[in-house]
Amino acid sequence: MFQSLSDRLSGVLDKLTRRGALTESDVSEAMREVRRALLEADVALDVVKDFTEKVKAKAIGQDVVKSVTPGQMVVKIVHDELTAMLGSDAAPIDLIAAPPVAILMVGLQGSGKTTTTAKIAWRLANRDKKKVLMASLDTRRPAAQEQLRVLGEQTNTPTLPIVAGQTPQQIAKRAMEAGRLGGYDVVLLDTAGRVTIDEELMDEVAEVKAGTNPHEVLLVADSLTGQDAVATAKAFDGRLGITGIVLTRADGDGRGGAALSMRAVTGKPIKLLGVGEKWDALEDFHPSRVASRILGMGDVVSLVEKAAQNIDIEKATAIAQKMKKGEFDLDDLAEQLKQMQRIGGMSGMMSMLPGMGKIKSQIADARLDDGILKRQHAIITSMTAKERRAPKILDGKRKRRIAAGSGTRVEEVNKLIKMHRQMADMMKSMGKNKGLMSRMMGGGGAAPSQDEMARMQDELAKMDPKALQQLPADLKDALPRSLQGLGSQGALPKLPGLGSGLPGLGGPRFPGLPGRKK
Amino acid sequence: MFSFFKKKKPVEAPAPTALPTPAPHLPEAPANNAGGLIGSALVTPIDIPVPGAEPPVREHWVSKLKSGLNKTGASISGVFTGNRIDEVLYEDLESALLMADAGTGATTYLLDEVRRRVKDSGVTHPVAVKNILTEALTQLLKPLERALVIGEFKPTVIMVAGVNGAGKTTSIGKLTRHLANEGASVLLAAADTFRAAAREQLEVWADRNRVEIVSQEGGDPAAVSFDAVSAGKARGKDVVLVDTAGRLPTQLHLMEELRKIKRTIAKAGAGDTAAPPHEVLLVIDGNTGQNAQNQVKAFDEVLQLTGLIVTKLDGTAKGGVLAAIALWSRERQKTAPALRPVPVYFIGVGEKLEDLETFNAREFSQALLA
Repeated sequence: MFQSLSDRLSGVLDKLTRRGALTESDVSEAMREVRRALLEADVALDVVKDFTEKVKAKAIGQDVVKSVTPGQMVVKIVHDELTAMLGSDAAPIDLIAAPPVAILMVGLQGSGKTTTTAKIAWRLANRDKKKVLMASLDTRRPAAQEQLRVLGEQTNTPTLPIVAGQTPQQIAKRAMEAGRLGGYDVVLLDTAGRVTIDEELMDEVAEVKAGTNPHEVLLVADSLTGQDAVATAKAFDGRLGITGIVLTRADGDGRGGAALSMRAVTGKPIKLLGVGEKWDALEDFHPSRVASRILGMGDVVSLVEKAAQNIDIEKATAIAQKMKKGEFDLDDLAEQLKQMQRIGGMSGMMSMLPGMGKIKSQIADARLDDGILKRQHAIITSMTAKERRAPKILDGKRKRRIAAGSGTRVEEVNKLIKMHRQMADMMKSMGKNKGLMSRMMGGGGAAPSQDEMARMQDELAKMDPKALQQLPADLKDALPRSLQGLGSQGALPKLPGLGSGLPGLGGPRFPGLPGRKK
Repeated sequence: MFSFFKKKKPVEAPAPTALPTPAPHLPEAPANNAGGLIGSALVTPIDIPVPGAEPPVREHWVSKLKSGLNKTGASISGVFTGNRIDEVLYEDLESALLMADAGTGATTYLLDEVRRRVKDSGVTHPVAVKNILTEALTQLLKPLERALVIGEFKPTVIMVAGVNGAGKTTSIGKLTRHLANEGASVLLAAADTFRAAAREQLEVWADRNRVEIVSQEGGDPAAVSFDAVSAGKARGKDVVLVDTAGRLPTQLHLMEELRKIKRTIAKAGAGDTAAPPHEVLLVIDGNTGQNAQNQVKAFDEVLQLTGLIVTKLDGTAKGGVLAAIALWSRERQKTAPALRPVPVYFIGVGEKLEDLETFNAREFSQALLA
């Protein structure tokens, strides 16, 4: 989502930032381009006009801050306006009310209401541990109630038994009663799809709303919607007072104009994005991140954020500095092992990489043994400070002591020392820009198997390189420089942004991986 | 009264005996046989009554389209109330086209065209500009106007694809009604084996239209399609309609699945005069913005589309993205003359079975600019 808009906008703004001085006509010209980019991305015309006028007014009257080029200033203004348009904070589904909390799902035909209802139920039940009941009030479309019942079975969510011949109002009432009697936390009410100008159906759902007093009224809308998104959002908000928007099929397109339009005309937050066919393919919408992403800063943020929570950036930088100088001792290795563990070991890290979802199960099957990380850590902590700084002094006697101290065997100690030596060598040669991944793969029989790795590479190669490339500049700076620019060849052209966030990747193979199977 | 379909006699006109009809192998399977297995699929026969010929009301959808526009206040007739042709007028026209989802490319093209024609003809009144714009839009859309041909092959196999929620199953239901009304015998194939209760939904449509359906519990979509085409041949049906599961063009594995379904259908019809599917239709939600163009491109690449159905035009959406699609086909034809435009066979304008209309470029342009 937003990728094509992002490409267009960053292109336009890029031209501006290179200029030393900007005239009013430069700004106007740029705004014409911005307007075109937004329109091509299906942002509603009124919203576009409003947006470009605001930016223009601010840009022209603006005092340029010292040490910033006028172009950069305009980019800043566009970013601020985008953020203002999208709202700043993520707005999750609000369940703070007396149970059973009713959530009413409304939207046009075919916008994805029923599927979204099941996804939300799945999420509330599995992630938030709520007791959820689903009920379909769609008495119009053939087999709609049946559809929700089947989805209920698939997601293990109870659904209200279907009683033929009931009106939506009656079903809603029955659902709320069942919710109360059954001790449910949440009752999801899935309504029939309608065209915005169908007064009869709008009246009907308004009655349902009055009867059930839902805490959330969620408008489910298709991300692929064009200019009419505004009319849809206004109509539903005007009649029903929606509390939030769920955008479906966000994985289907790079435009995302509907998101901008709907937020802008209703002022109601976009709460969730539907991003795939699976039950867990539902994401929170982070407006501030999206604004950055639209301007072409990439959204590796979500990924890196998790890594950043767990990896102490300063420590990582210090290690990187040492690596640069070719000093990489066992203390540093210990630190890396610890960080690997903290982000969930190998499989945890793998699963955070985009495009890895599919091979998750293969990773699990490969049984990456995270226990080995712990043992290696134990070996290092059994050494003296002197030994850790200068592993060269380790002789047979010392090794036996360390093995006994860590509850391992001398062979394992040797293996660790060998691994460390290889890593240290690797660090030294890294500046020469050798393919990191190809070396990692070079380990041969290391799990996952070569085939799986090859497939993984295909996966990675398919994903949009731009998203990874455009890591925010400040983030890049915070990460070990020595690792940037690695792997810039071969199948993983854009990995540096990622690799650099995860110092544990530095070895000839992943440090935590069991070596060649013997 | 207009004709909904173009009917053609089979290509080899004097050859009802020469055609390799599979019927002789079978002991004259009567249509009202009490259910039977063909392949592994259950075929439920339902009596088809003689269709009551009710004349469709043509004015219906134009007014619906217009009323939808008026309710949003997005009607652009107000644009032409001034008495001068000036930049303001052009700007308003631009807005109107953009708000109808025509996209920046088609909008620029149409406005340039209008400016040129205004200059050439020397008209001075804004109302004349409206006519010129309608004319330009009609000309742009004209290549998309074509009638669906049935009867040329027996059975004519029509495969229907589209993104999720575009209205495939509903469109098939409506199409079936029209076909039945014209006296054609129809077999439905429930090849949407993915979505919950999609089969049931199609069964309801089959019931309402009183036609037969081939379905399979949790089966493979290609297998269901194969069975349906085989059954259609065996039972001497006029039309076999294959409903597939909705999918986004970005889901490459699902697009591959479509390719497979098409291939399998062709296998089922091996030995026919022309390998099925004879028609591959893409259903597009009329609310869709510029992504509609991506959809046409992506599905065409995989399936070689023969036609479009644009749905949900009874709401406030205008379907102006057809202008973008038309412009794209025109550009494409310039570089690759062999690739003809993908025509719009039908538009969906309501929830009732009858609410499916043939596409007429002029009517559509008029409604869009009303």
